[in-house]
Amino acid sequence: MTSADNLRAFKRDGRIVVVGASLAGLRAAEALRGEGFTGSLTMIGDEPSEPYDRPPLSKQVLTGWVPADGTLLPRRRDIDAEWLLGVPAGGLDMRANQVRLADGREVPFDRVLIATGVRARPWFVESEADLDGVFVLRTREHAEGLQRALAAGPSRVLIIGAGFTGSEIASICRERGIAVTVAELAPAPLVGALGAMVGDVAADMQRAHGVDLRCGVKVTRLEGDAQGRFRRAHFDDGSAIDADVAVVALGGIRNTEWLRGSGLAAGVWGIACDTGCRALTLDGLITDDVFAAGDVARCPNPIYEYRLISLEHWANAVEQAEVAAHNMVSGQADRWPHLSLPVFWSIQFGVNIKTVGVPTFADEVVVTQGSVADRRFVAAYGYRGRVTAAVSFNNAKWLDHYRQLIETAAPFPPPFPAPDQPADMKPVPVDFPGPTLLAQGATVVVTGHDPGERRVTSAQQHR
Amino acid sequence: MRVVVDLSRCQGYAQCAFLAPEAFRMHGEEALMYDPNPDDAQRDRVLRAAAACPVQAILVDRLEARDVPVEASPS
Ligand SMILES: Cc1cc2nc3c(=O)[nH]c(=O)nc-3n(C[C@H](O)[C@H](O)[C@H](O)COP(=O)(O)OP(=O)(O)OC[C@H]3O[C@@H](n4cnc5c(N)ncnc54)[C@H](O)[C@@H]3O)c2cc1C
Ligand code: SF4
Repeated sequence: MTSADNLRAFKRDGRIVVVGASLAGLRAAEALRGEGFTGSLTMIGDEPSEPYDRPPLSKQVLTGWVPADGTLLPRRRDIDAEWLLGVPAGGLDMRANQVRLADGREVPFDRVLIATGVRARPWFVESEADLDGVFVLRTREHAEGLQRALAAGPSRVLIIGAGFTGSEIASICRERGIAVTVAELAPAPLVGALGAMVGDVAADMQRAHGVDLRCGVKVTRLEGDAQGRFRRAHFDDGSAIDADVAVVALGGIRNTEWLRGSGLAAGVWGIACDTGCRALTLDGLITDDVFAAGDVARCPNPIYEYRLISLEHWANAVEQAEVAAHNMVSGQADRWPHLSLPVFWSIQFGVNIKTVGVPTFADEVVVTQGSVADRRFVAAYGYRGRVTAAVSFNNAKWLDHYRQLIETAAPFPPPFPAPDQPADMKPVPVDFPGPTLLAQGATVVVTGHDPGERRVTSAQQHR
Repeated sequence: MRVVVDLSRCQGYAQCAFLAPEAFRMHGEEALMYDPNPDDAQRDRVLRAAAACPVQAILVDRLEARDVPVEASPS
């Protein structure tokens, strides 16, 4: 049999297993059927329900507008799958090509897609995390509990961590007229994702909306009363505040533990893959039958010097799912690389925040349009003289322009578009608290728009 | 019915909020908030909004999408 015959037989009656039945898993399943895969498809998911959408959990659901169980994802086509829900996968055997479920069952596959995402990082002291009134936010059960606690009219909510999720929750508390304290170790909110300059804007925005924002502090202890209800939080500067609700918004942990011993290059940063979403083994070899997509995947991006980047972005999960699905049923010559630039949005304090590119891959940032004081602006990020990312506050219509600058490795600071130019356009150091991504390497440009024709070519360095 | 809006694509043109205000609302100047599970009474309006979105960012269930009203896009 030729490999084309093999592929045809596999598409007709092969076995594909998807582990992680959420956004990336569902989109991949739909794409597989769309690609003409008629074999058996098994969806394994540890959550009891069918796939639902998470971004509304920290927005529409917490405001009380939409119930937590009202965010099921629409289906673009029938996927005719066998659903194994409410049971986690406990292991992957790459010799026998089997997924082992936690209840001992074994599910054989010809190809497997891993889309197990991340879970919320819990508070580090278990007894304190278990107090009544202490929440995290990742699942719809979490959202339901937190929305109920907010509806009960707490005297104050403490949010630990001012990343995107923490900031969105703070915004909703203010919208609902609830007193809120935000505690952040960094000098400002969103600094880890967007740097100090935009962080300062976010800090002003929170304070202007009445958030009691405390930066540069660490919460050391959550204190409960005799009934086991959260009452007070202590900070490392010796101060304390009283609150009835604490939301731990300290980011996520990638769900890769179940892959320990599988031989895959999986760890705290996710599962290392190629741009085609094929997983790498610990040795750095590409597997043929194991794919990963979504928050759990860690793929190289040529624009960012082939660094393996893991993202917790909705659109990234959808795109990787589609690329992975295509490659699972395609021969070598027809595979797609996932080369599109990351995009992310957040809605907080009435402002639409959107990013394109990877803002942490930068050494400088400059406001290129609009006014920071009005919270209507675009800022461009640059690394060693080329544009690498942009963020907009209520100015999203411009992002496609910046996407083009990034994809063509345009010089930084960028040539300014005429409208809405700010008076002072001096680039400032980007100033991330963590280690910045500094290294030398290739500068490349991406060509083509269809995933099937997107290609990378190398470009001249500007500096 | 089930709805999801790809907000990374949404350009905030607000056509949807105009056509189906119970299901799609603008939040501030350009952020869109929507009901992912709108009432069946709004079905036709939501389908019209999905068809009118200039960037096709609104996805509805396949069974629903099948009978999108023809006079969907406002001229
Ligand atoms: C509150 C909130 C707000 C967000 N807001 C935005 C936003 O505004 N913009 C944006 O771009 N992104 C946002 N995101 C991120 C976005 O939701 C994620 O990028 C997206 O959900 C990723 O999808 P995924 O399928 O890769 O992973 P997930 O959605 O995490 O799904 C993984 C699934 O796998 C399951 N699983 C884990 N381990 C196992 C196992 N061993 N066996 C079986 N199943 C397993 C999990 O329980 C889960 O159901 C938000 C996320 C949250 C939580
Ligand atoms: S019509 Fe489309 S682009 Fe406009 S606000 Fe609605 S979803 Fe966004």
